[in-house]
Amino acid sequence: MTKDEIFSGVQEIFRDIFDEDDLVIQDSTSSEDIEDWDSLNHINLVSAIEKEFKIKFALGELVSLQDVGEMITLMIEKMK
Amino acid sequence: MNSILNYPLDNAKILRKKKSIRKALIANGHFTQKNIAILGGSTTAEIKNIMDLFLLKNGIEAHFYESEYNQFYEDAVFNTESLTTFNPDIIYIHTTNVNIMQFPQACDSKEQVNALHDAEFKKFQSIWQALSLLNCPIIQNNFDLPQNRTLGNLDGYDYRGKTHFINNLNNAFAEAASQIEHLHLNDIHYLSSLIGLNTWFDRALWYQAKYAIGFSAIPELAFSLSNIINAIFGKTKKCLVLDLDNTCWGGVIGDDGTSGIHIGTETAVAESFTSFQKYAKSLQERGIILAVCSKNDLNNAELGLAHPDSILQRDDFTAFKANWEHKHNNIIDIATEINIGLDSLVFIDDNPAERDIVQLNTQEVSVPNVGSDVIQFIDYIDHNGYFEAITLSTDDLNRHTYYEQNKQRNDAQSTTTSYADFLKSLNMNAKINAFTPLYLDRITQLTNKTNQFNLTTKRYTMSDIEAIASDQQYITLYGRLSDKYGDNGLVAVSIGKIVDDTCHIDCWLMSCRVLKRDMEMAMFDALAQQCLQRGIYKIVGYYIKSKKNSMVAKLYKNLGFTQVDCSGDNTQWEIALTQDYNNKNQHIMVTHD
Repeated sequence: MTKDEIFSGVQEIFRDIFDEDDLVIQDSTSSEDIEDWDSLNHINLVSAIEKEFKIKFALGELVSLQDVGEMITLMIEKMK
Repeated sequence: MNSILNYPLDNAKILRKKKSIRKALIANGHFTQKNIAILGGSTTAEIKNIMDLFLLKNGIEAHFYESEYNQFYEDAVFNTESLTTFNPDIIYIHTTNVNIMQFPQACDSKEQVNALHDAEFKKFQSIWQALSLLNCPIIQNNFDLPQNRTLGNLDGYDYRGKTHFINNLNNAFAEAASQIEHLHLNDIHYLSSLIGLNTWFDRALWYQAKYAIGFSAIPELAFSLSNIINAIFGKTKKCLVLDLDNTCWGGVIGDDGTSGIHIGTETAVAESFTSFQKYAKSLQERGIILAVCSKNDLNNAELGLAHPDSILQRDDFTAFKANWEHKHNNIIDIATEINIGLDSLVFIDDNPAERDIVQLNTQEVSVPNVGSDVIQFIDYIDHNGYFEAITLSTDDLNRHTYYEQNKQRNDAQSTTTSYADFLKSLNMNAKINAFTPLYLDRITQLTNKTNQFNLTTKRYTMSDIEAIASDQQYITLYGRLSDKYGDNGLVAVSIGKIVDDTCHIDCWLMSCRVLKRDMEMAMFDALAQQCLQRGIYKIVGYYIKSKKNSMVAKLYKNLGFTQVDCSGDNTQWEIALTQDYNNKNQHIMVTHD
């Protein structure tokens, strides 16, 4: 799976969770940029990503991530 | 959009798309408003969100109260004030094995373990007791098993085992729920084993966010809860309509003949149909009405059921439509014949084209996409919770007999000359009395599921009915009717509220199985007599229009009331009583205790 494919898959998840069909995310997108991105929705995001990409994040792995770009880098790492 | 919230659930999709699902549900429905309090022993935010969807699907727009994290005990026992202000229609206590205060330890004596058990159970008893002041149904989880067992298999039978401890608590909960009318158990012990403990509990999610349930189990939990809530509000289904060929037996009776169809235990295929028939039969035994809707010649259809290995017999079906008409027309006829709404029917057919056309033409009927393999059919009926029940009343168990007797009455009607003669020939006896504890259960059930002969469609909880029964301000009446064909059971309920010198009819309903029998007259006579005894000479009646109660729109008019007010389709009526009141009922012999 290419980075672009992962990126667009993640974007679809963001659109579903935040119910905004035209939401566009970038590497630099963080919880600062999306109003509803609170801790509860964060769990929703992570859980949807885990399901969709069949990966599992370890405890604490997500805590230090700053933005979407870093998250996708971690995902690529996991899918190798 | 509704179908996504049916078995089998696509949990990932529901969780991901919950916002758009919600929008779609809100856009196409009318809703009853209900207040639902969730008292959680762990995080409940997403449980609330998903419950919301399932309730909307069932026509309930919920307003939620959520306790602070793990404050279920404090909220129930010390904070009843804010719960009282919230005025819940339902309280849900979401506790799981993480909330057990102390599990036994390996060094504990039997007495110590018993003490732990008692302490845990008493804690919950005190919760239920405190909440009973709120007069509303309580839904309580029992306990799920933990994923790990330090004692291995011994954990299940040594008195120090966690599994053993939980099983005992669950037994105690079950006993309590069978004693306390308004306490209902959400069986997460079953649910978690159905979906598997590894999916049910997600350690990471517990550590990170204190959810005592895995995300993909949340829709399953919410579905289960919404089914119980459906049952509490009397919204569950009443009748299972079955196709015959390749649904009740394998093969086509018209082509294959009795000896050619698959039923019995000779082959795997035959056995799978037999097990489906057994399931349908067990539903019938607990009060679900069965009907046949099949494209077949009538005699062929009956021949199939006469097969020596057939579990289902012709007599098990209250309505039987085997002909070449469109199935949706037959289904409408079935509903009319049994006298229930289309939304009380579940239709099972192996043929996808037939399912589609039935669903298209009768949208209220539940038509699960069961596929074409009979092995799956039971799960589609069972796991959709269509027939969820909170009690099994004697009336439920006898329901099939009532409908059978009704058919005999209808037959008698066609051989008697005038309707009055027919009524006379029935030798009807009614018992009409004030509410008594024995019948509060049935009375509550009737107020929640009677839709057609129901003047105000007011729904009552068991606690409401208890309160009304003991309040002098109310005249309460229930009516039982029997005739030469049998006992119809408790079929009519009236509640009059006395304000100053006037009796206001808050609730007046009757089961449709005794329509046109003069029973409504007898009930009104009894109400009028009660009023006169109390020196009340004015009765006010209300007709509040619902989707289903048009049959009683003119009831007050026909009884001689005068219309005094009208807003939209709702009308208000009055009648003055005189001491020389003449009974309107002509045909029923009425007795009062």
